Amino acid sequence: MDAAGTDARTKAAGKVMSRLDLTRRLVGRLTHGEIVVAGIGNANFDLFAAGHRPENFYMLGSMSLAVPIALGVALAQPSRRVVAVEGDGSMLMNLGALATVAMVAPPNLTVIVWDNGTYQITGGQAAATAEATDLVAVARGAGIVQSAWARDEAEFERLVGEALAGRGPRFIGAIVNQEPGAGRPERDPVLVKDRFMRGISAKGSTPG
Amino acid sequence: MSEWSGTIIRCFAERGIRLVTYVPDKVLIPLIDGFRSLPNVTAFSATREEEAVGIAAGASLGGTPSAVMMQSSGFGNVPNALASLVVPYQLPVALVISERGVLGEFNAVQIPISRVIRPALDALGIPHITLEREDEVEFLVTRSLHQAHRTQQPAALILSPRLTGGKMEG
Repeated sequence: MDAAGTDARTKAAGKVMSRLDLTRRLVGRLTHGEIVVAGIGNANFDLFAAGHRPENFYMLGSMSLAVPIALGVALAQPSRRVVAVEGDGSMLMNLGALATVAMVAPPNLTVIVWDNGTYQITGGQAAATAEATDLVAVARGAGIVQSAWARDEAEFERLVGEALAGRGPRFIGAIVNQEPGAGRPERDPVLVKDRFMRGISAKGSTPG
Repeated sequence: MSEWSGTIIRCFAERGIRLVTYVPDKVLIPLIDGFRSLPNVTAFSATREEEAVGIAAGASLGGTPSAVMMQSSGFGNVPNALASLVVPYQLPVALVISERGVLGEFNAVQIPISRVIRPALDALGIPHITLEREDEVEFLVTRSLHQAHRTQQPAALILSPRLTGGKMEG
């Protein structure tokens, strides 16, 4: 690609940021019981490290399903904002989910993708995002019109603020470094589910 | 609408299932059209079957009973979503699988996966029932959904060509 603008990628100008720092900035803005669905691996390690919240759902497996799970939760909980945080490798595995989000158009859903260009947790193997694929362009092409790269921390905070206040669906991409995930949620699926469902009042004290 | 599909839709509605996502299939048309016509049910297609399972799992986690519909060939896409999400998190998602590969199948590539479905569901510990007779549909569906709900486990309903007529060449 030359410098005259034939490169249609929009992520080139982005600053490389810290996933944990951005996760903390995200969590710091969640003051209205917003739900966060975190994808397998470092996305949910850092979400847990940013401080457990009852409205957090931690995936322990099912790579690539953070966005579909968040879509289902968003439809079931229309009065709450729902944020999916996912890694680029997982997002690449299920790009069709972005088309479904665009088609269903839940107004309360935001997708955030941490893009470090690698399959970090399996040893840092290069992903298609390292050189070829612009996930924000993919999201926009899939029909999520409000899709943008956060080019620095201030822009990330602005985009998150807009997403939490405005109408979705929205997609935010952020380029992050290779810092390992900082925390580890308990690997107890039924505990994660029960805590989450009670945290969002989807489950009461009696079976219904 | 065929009688079996109307019965299934009614049983699902009585159980409170309000989100249905699917990858389309010809045999499923009366169910797809039926669910989409209900004002209190959200029904839409997903791009892949495991994505549909993820959406239904999310709805279940959000407190909305949910179901996934697929053709038997599409079942081949879902084992990991079942094994690492629906089963260990104990989510009462209903799976509706229309069966190809049996009773007059005309396409050889449909047959191997049709032999995998039941052993795979057994290995995953997911209760499954095959719907073959019109007069049993209400009992089997109602009891399967009730058990799923009360025990917090998924349930699989396999639609046999004996019930649906299946898909014939043409």
